[in-house]
Amino acid sequence: MKYRRLLAAAGATLLLAMGIPPLGARTLYNLPYGVTPISHAIYGLNMMAFWIMCGIAAIVFGAITWSIIFHRRSRHPKPADFHENTALEVVWTIIPFIILIVMAIPAARVLIRAENVHHSEMTVEVTGYQWLWRYTYPRWNINIYSRLADSSLRIAPLNSGLSPYSTPHYLHAVTHPLVLPVGEKIRLLITSKDVIHSWWVPDLGVQMDANPGLVNSIWVKILKPGIYRGQCNQICGWGHAYMPIVVVAKPKAQFLAWVKQWRQRHPLAGAASPVSNPDP
Amino acid sequence: MSQSIALSHDAHPASRGLMRWIKTTNHKDIGTLYLLFSLIMFFIGGAMAMVIRAELYEPGLQFVNPGFYNQLVTMHGLIMIFGAVMPAFVGLANWMIPLMIGAPDMALPRLNNWSFWILPFAFTLLLLTLFLPGGGPEGGWTLYVPYSMELGYSFPFLIFAIHLMGISSVLGGINIIVTILNMRAPGMTLMKMPLFVWAWLITAYLLVAVMPVLAGGVTMQLFDHFFGTHFFSVAGGGSPLLWENVFWFFGHPEVYIMILPAFGIISEIVPTFSHKPLFGRTTMIYALASIAFLSFIVWGHHMFTSGMPVSADLFFMFSTMLIAVPTGVKIFNWVATMWKGALTFETPMLFAIAFIVLFTIGGFSGVMLSLVPADFQYHNSYFVVAHIHYVLVTGAVFAIMAAVYFWLPKWTGHMYSEFWGKVHFWVSVISVNVLYFPMHFLGLAGMPRRVPDYAVQFTNLNMVSSIGGFVFGAAQLIFVAIIFATIYGGKKAEAHVWEGAHGLEWTVPSPAPYHTFTTPPEVAG
Ligand code: HEM
Ligand SMILES: [Cu+2]
Ligand SMILES: [Cu+2]
Repeated sequence: MKYRRLLAAAGATLLLAMGIPPLGARTLYNLPYGVTPISHAIYGLNMMAFWIMCGIAAIVFGAITWSIIFHRRSRHPKPADFHENTALEVVWTIIPFIILIVMAIPAARVLIRAENVHHSEMTVEVTGYQWLWRYTYPRWNINIYSRLADSSLRIAPLNSGLSPYSTPHYLHAVTHPLVLPVGEKIRLLITSKDVIHSWWVPDLGVQMDANPGLVNSIWVKILKPGIYRGQCNQICGWGHAYMPIVVVAKPKAQFLAWVKQWRQRHPLAGAASPVSNPDP
Repeated sequence: MSQSIALSHDAHPASRGLMRWIKTTNHKDIGTLYLLFSLIMFFIGGAMAMVIRAELYEPGLQFVNPGFYNQLVTMHGLIMIFGAVMPAFVGLANWMIPLMIGAPDMALPRLNNWSFWILPFAFTLLLLTLFLPGGGPEGGWTLYVPYSMELGYSFPFLIFAIHLMGISSVLGGINIIVTILNMRAPGMTLMKMPLFVWAWLITAYLLVAVMPVLAGGVTMQLFDHFFGTHFFSVAGGGSPLLWENVFWFFGHPEVYIMILPAFGIISEIVPTFSHKPLFGRTTMIYALASIAFLSFIVWGHHMFTSGMPVSADLFFMFSTMLIAVPTGVKIFNWVATMWKGALTFETPMLFAIAFIVLFTIGGFSGVMLSLVPADFQYHNSYFVVAHIHYVLVTGAVFAIMAAVYFWLPKWTGHMYSEFWGKVHFWVSVISVNVLYFPMHFLGLAGMPRRVPDYAVQFTNLNMVSSIGGFVFGAAQLIFVAIIFATIYGGKKAEAHVWEGAHGLEWTVPSPAPYHTFTTPPEVAG
C-alpha cells in the first residue's frame, strides 16, 4: 500500500499547485484564466467542478482505502452479510443529484451569456481553409489570410534537421495575426470553405466549429491588450497541426491606427488574394 | 433434432485441427475465437499507439508524416473499439452466459459461428486500406464529413468493413438476447440472473438498437460520395451536422456498450473476493437499465462546439449530468460491497479495485466535460483523450483483464501464476497512470488531440506520457505470456476455483467440458 500513500502525497501537492490563484501567467497544469469575461467564468466553473470532484474523490477513495486496510481478511476474517440499506441508497442517489444541480445552474447561466451575441459592436468573419484562416472585417473591407509562419514551416517537416526550440512559438506563430480592439464586444461569424475546422483560443474562452456552408456566431470581449495564441481543433487533414491562430488585442486607438495602416498598404484590400495550400 | 441431441453427447469437437475452429458452433470454441481475435487486435491497435506515442515524445516530426499519423489515429480508434474491446466482451459473453444461466449452448449456434467469422474479414479489409494508394482512412474514428469523404480508395473499403462489423455485432446481440430470454435453467428467474448476464442483456439491446444507425449513416456517406446524394452537404440541402447527430446517436450508446459488460464483470468479482454478497443487487439492475435508457438522449454532449442552439446545449448538459447519478450508484454499491467484507487480493480483485478507482476518475472528468461552457475549453483537447482512456482502458480493458484472470482457470483447467499476475497488475496500474494522467494537464494547457506535432511548452508532459505508454505496452507482453503459460500448464484448478464465488459456472469441472448443462441444472428457489 506504499504506492497508495505516494499517490496521496503527489495528489496533495497537485491540489496545492492548482489552488494557487491565477497570477495571469499561464500554467501548464490548469485552464488559463484568460482575458475575457467568459474565460474568467469558465475558469470559475472549472475550479468549482474540480473541487467538488475532489470532495467526492476523498469520500469514495477514502472508503475504498479504509476497506482495503481494515476489512482485509487478515484483519477482518468474518465478513458482514448485509446487502442492502434502502435509506443509504436513497441518500446516495439524492445527494449527487443535488450536487449536480448546484453545478448545472451556474453552468447554464454562463452558457446563456456566452452564446448571447446581441449588441455586439463589431463583426469579424472567420473562415477556415485547408490549412489557413481568413479574417474579414466587413466594415473596413479588410481581408487577412493568416497561415503558419515561415519560421515554423521550415522546421516542421520530417527530417528537416531543425529544432522546434530554435524559434519562438513553434507552431503557434502566423504570417498575419487577427488584430482586435480591447474592451469591445466583438461578434465572430465562423464558417469553413472545405472541411470542418474549429477556432480555438483558450485565453479567450472560445472554441467554435467552422462548418462548411453553415455560419456559427460567438462573441469575445478582450479585457487586456496582448497576444493570444491557439490553433485549429478539429482534425481537418494533412495540415491540421499547422493552422495556428494568433490574436493581437490592441487598445481602440491603436487598433484604428492599425486599420488605417493596413488599408494604405493594401489598396485593393477588398479583393481576395489567391489561396494556396501551405504545405509545410 | 434427434441428431443434434446425439451430437451434443459427444464429449469432443466434431472436427479436428483448423476445421474444428472454422466449423465450430460450440459456444466455448467461439468464445475462445473471439477472445484470441480480440487479443490480436489489442496488439495491432497497441502497436499503432506505440508509434503515436513515439512521434509525440518530442516536438517536431521524427517518424511519420502528418497524413500517416492521421491514419494511425483513425485506425487505432477503430481497431480498439470494434476489434478489441467489443469482441472481447462478446467472447466473454459466449463463454460465460450459457455457463451462468445453465444453458447447453447459445440459442443460435450457427449464427454464432457466422457472427465471429465475419470479423476477420472485416478487419482484414480495414487493415488492407493501409496498403492502398493514398493509405487508410484518416478522419478519426468519428468519420466527420466532409473530411472522411475526401479519402481516396480507402473510403469504400472502410464503409464495407464497418457494415461487416455492424452485421457481426447485431447478430451477436440478437443471439445473446434470445439465449438469455429462452435458455435459462428452470428456476433461474430474471431477477436471479447474475449481474454479468443482466449487463449483457441490456448491452445486447443497445447493440441491436444503434449498430443499424451507424450502418445507415455510413451508407449515406457512401451515397454522397458515389451516387450524388447530398445528405451531408449544405450545397445540396443537407448538412454536415446531420452526420454528427447520426454518428453520436450511435456513438454515445456505443461507449456504454463498451462499459456495461464491464460493470457486470466487476459486479461478479467484487463480491467474490469480498466474501460478501453484492450490495443493492436490485438497484444495480435498475441503474444499468437507466444508464442504458439515458445513453440515448445525451449524444449532443459531443457536439457542444458544433453550433447547436442554446436550448439543445442545455438539454444535453442536463441529460448528461443525469447519467452520472446511476453511474454513481453503481460505484457506491461496489464500495459498499467491499465495506466490512473479508477482502482478499487475488489478481482479478486487484484489477477490479483499480477499475473502481480509475473509472471513477474518468467519471469525474466526464462530469466536468458535461458543463457546456467548460467544454468550450476541454472539447477535442487532450483532456478528452484522458477522459476516454480512463473510462475505456482503466475501465473497459481493466475489466476485461480482471475477467480473464477470474475465469481463466475455468477455461483452461489451470491456475495462472498469482505472482506474475500481480507483477502484470502493478506494472500496468502504475504505467497506465503515468501514461494518461498527464494528458489532463496537456488538455487544460491547450494541446489539441489528433496532432502529430505540438508547441514546445507541451514537451515535458508528453515525454512523461510516452514513457508511461511504452511501459504499459510492454507490460501487456507479460499478460500474453501468463495466458499461454496457463493454457499449456500450471497447477490444476478445482471446479469451485474461488472460495467466495457463487454461480452455476463454478459447479462444472475445470476446464469446463466441451458440453455442459446438456440436462438443465435445478436452480434453488
Ligand atoms: C459519468 C459518466 C460520463 C459522462 C458524464 C461523460 C461525458 C462525456 C462528455 C461530455 C464527452 C464529450 C467531450 C468532448 O468531446 O468535449 C465525452 C466524451 C467521451 N466519452 Fe464520456 N462520459 C461518461 C462516461 C463515459 C464512459 C463510461 C465511456 C466509455 C466507456 C465514455 C467514453 C467517451 C468517449 C470515447 C468520448 C470521446 C469520443 C470522441 O470524441 O472521440 N464516457 N464523455
Ligand atoms: Cu484542423
Ligand atoms: Cu458520450
